[in-house]
Amino acid sequence: MPVSPRRSVVLGTVALALALGACGGGDDSSDAAGESANTVTVRGCNPQNPFVPANTNEVCGGDILDQVFSFLISYDPDTGDMANEIAADISSDDSQVWTITLEEGWTFHDGSPVTASSFVDAWNWAALGSNATLNSYFFEPIQGYADVQGEFDPESGEYVEGSAAAETMSGLQVVDDLTFTVTLSQPESQFSLRLGYTAFAPLPQAFFDDPEAFGQHPIGTGPFQFESWEPNIDVRLTAYPDYAGDVQPSIDGAIYRIYENDDAAYNDLQADQLDIMPLLPTSALAGNTYQIDLGDRYIRRPTGVTETITFAPVSVDDRFEDPRLRQAISMAIDRQTIVDTIFSGARTPATSWSIPQVVPGAVPDTCGDFCTYNETAAQALYAQTDGIEGPIALSFNGDSDHNGWVTAVCNNITDVLGIECVPSPVVDLATFRDLITNREMGGIFRTGWQMDYPSLENFLVPLYATGASANDGDYHNQAFDDAVNEAATLGGVPGIARYLEAERMLAADMPAIPLWHRVNIAGYSTHVDNVRITVFQTVDLLSVTTTG
Amino acid sequence: MGRYVVQRLGQMVPVVIGTTFLIYALVWALPGDPFAAKCGDRPCPQRYIDRMTAEYNLDDPLPLAYLKYMGNLVTGDFGQTFTGASIADELLQRYPTTLQLTALAILVEVVIGIAAGVLAGIRRGGFLDNLVLVSTLVVVSIPVFVTGLLAQIMFGVRLGWFPVTSDGSLFSLVLPAIVLGSLSLAFVARLVRANLVENLRTDYVRTAIAKGLTRQRVIGVHTLRNSLIPVVTFVGADFGGLLGGAVVVEGIFNIPGVGNMIFRGINAHEGGTVTAAVTVLVLVFLLVNLVVDLLYAVLDPRIRHV
Repeated sequence: MPVSPRRSVVLGTVALALALGACGGGDDSSDAAGESANTVTVRGCNPQNPFVPANTNEVCGGDILDQVFSFLISYDPDTGDMANEIAADISSDDSQVWTITLEEGWTFHDGSPVTASSFVDAWNWAALGSNATLNSYFFEPIQGYADVQGEFDPESGEYVEGSAAAETMSGLQVVDDLTFTVTLSQPESQFSLRLGYTAFAPLPQAFFDDPEAFGQHPIGTGPFQFESWEPNIDVRLTAYPDYAGDVQPSIDGAIYRIYENDDAAYNDLQADQLDIMPLLPTSALAGNTYQIDLGDRYIRRPTGVTETITFAPVSVDDRFEDPRLRQAISMAIDRQTIVDTIFSGARTPATSWSIPQVVPGAVPDTCGDFCTYNETAAQALYAQTDGIEGPIALSFNGDSDHNGWVTAVCNNITDVLGIECVPSPVVDLATFRDLITNREMGGIFRTGWQMDYPSLENFLVPLYATGASANDGDYHNQAFDDAVNEAATLGGVPGIARYLEAERMLAADMPAIPLWHRVNIAGYSTHVDNVRITVFQTVDLLSVTTTG
Repeated sequence: MGRYVVQRLGQMVPVVIGTTFLIYALVWALPGDPFAAKCGDRPCPQRYIDRMTAEYNLDDPLPLAYLKYMGNLVTGDFGQTFTGASIADELLQRYPTTLQLTALAILVEVVIGIAAGVLAGIRRGGFLDNLVLVSTLVVVSIPVFVTGLLAQIMFGVRLGWFPVTSDGSLFSLVLPAIVLGSLSLAFVARLVRANLVENLRTDYVRTAIAKGLTRQRVIGVHTLRNSLIPVVTFVGADFGGLLGGAVVVEGIFNIPGVGNMIFRGINAHEGGTVTAAVTVLVLVFLLVNLVVDLLYAVLDPRIRHV
């Protein structure tokens, strides 16, 4: 039958429509609630890097890696205190040479045993310049780190083969199958505290054979093994039967459903189609709506995130040189009212730079009166200074929920001290951080810190030591540097006391104003119980139970 | 007709090249260093930045970087996102979903829209006519994200008739498609009604009725077909709008479609991702409009493509 042009167009249109409808419809196996009754669904997000510990520095990938891997030590989900996990013993006489012995019986999910070289090889790989990993700075304290960096050709940007003086760090030595030593370039008493961070995970031989395949399907040592990853859909984990830890998970597995939108996840949670949401969206917190929606199925948990305002370095903006001026501004901020009205309890007012609810040894009063709202004291202190030529800009990244509190803080400053303060949004976080890093941002600006591991050192050294990587205000105080360096050699209670002394020095100089510490508000469905959130804002899947 | 199609396809080439350059240049012009925020509140290791800069030609001047990108594209290499995932894979996974959603939405708008328009048009001034007029007015005046959130909370969370978010099944796309198609549905209904009313007054309809044809045949064949030409134009042009509007609906219902990919690509300053995704959008749009133009000839025999 000859087909007329007109008919062929109609047929073609129908065929196109059918094809559109049919393609992609192949895999419908994943139904929402049809997982086994003893499996939980957790809100996940798209990992920003392949699943390699040394390259994972954000929460989406980190959440999953922390379930798939066990580390030398673990942090108590409630107190943040460290306990040995894979390590049987971590000790040092001088805080510089550390001997680490492993417990026997740990295996990777592919059956291979965990040995001293699993750690040493993994750390060497992460530090090696040619691998250019995101987390390489965690290995900087280890002796020989500089030797493995090598060079990049400034012209082509390519790594220069053979430019590194060594392939492995001289500070890492395997003693026997279950023992290795770590030599640091200088003493650090809190070194062992950081060994529970994702970057310090051991890696099996399979990783070195094919790092790319590993990044799609990581093989760890933890309570859950990686089952599958369907990009943009979900990541599935199942309990590892030979898990060598003390506490065995009671659930059979977990599914991290990937959401690009918090509100969508929250609506699923309300409909019981999602079990655990570690961080509720702002819209649910406003007016405590979540308590109406979820009843008592929520948890409030202080976490290791603190928010501050930093003064631009003197080289960029010299108006804030007088510390009394900075203290006056700090005292003009009514933290409690802002926390209550804007954050609906998702923050606690800060009176210290480290977070006492999370960090062992931290105390709440290192900033003391200078971080407490006091209108008269602020005005009196401000009157002693030469004053400031306004207006001052309080900058923040406009792509996040900051406008509310920034305006409130600015109003405080204007009302109490009579300095004109202008909220100044910068288009997005990348641009904002770029301006700060290049020292082009004047005035005062929002800064925040998410701890890598719960230790005082992590809240002080990277932020306020001279020349440190996140010292955005170019703070320099020799006494502070000496104190943290000495604290690093002391260890134990004297070390903590020395760190606290250093933290108190910040009150005198006020390089950054502590505002508040973040409180995590998590929600869960009727399907699960015993939900605990760790200090890292992740779910403690070991304690979760299902209600059947 | 064959020559016409070839000619139109040929016209697409400069359009596509122009679009890719525009999009690539726009993403390029975004302020800020893409790696400035990648490591939280501290700069990333220099080695990492060096490696990424070299890998994605971020140091080259714009024309050179664009040429390198196009060179790879021509050989079928779409490149990788900053996270190391293959852009081609991502497109293959996401496009079917977005196209499914859009096709469903078109289906909703065409079927319900034409039906409502005809019902309203044949009983002008009646109850149905007023009902359609008022309800389409309501739909037109509410933005899609409001309809979307309302529908999600109403039919997903409270009543539980539909999945709250997408679970990968076609059924979970139904509610989003209705939301997405609702706005255009209202336009289609009104277009059909207006044209139908107009055409019912024409001489040839009077003649047809006088000839003794059934009412069904007069409306279904003689009037409706002529009334559909503006509707086809609208639906064709709307296809692009729906693909774009899908960004909002995809967000609300957590559908892993192209909208999310473009949004994320722009945020991360990934020129390659955005360009690839948008270029395919443009291609789809051009093809659909070609089909629409060919459909004119089917609906109206007076139009010929030579």
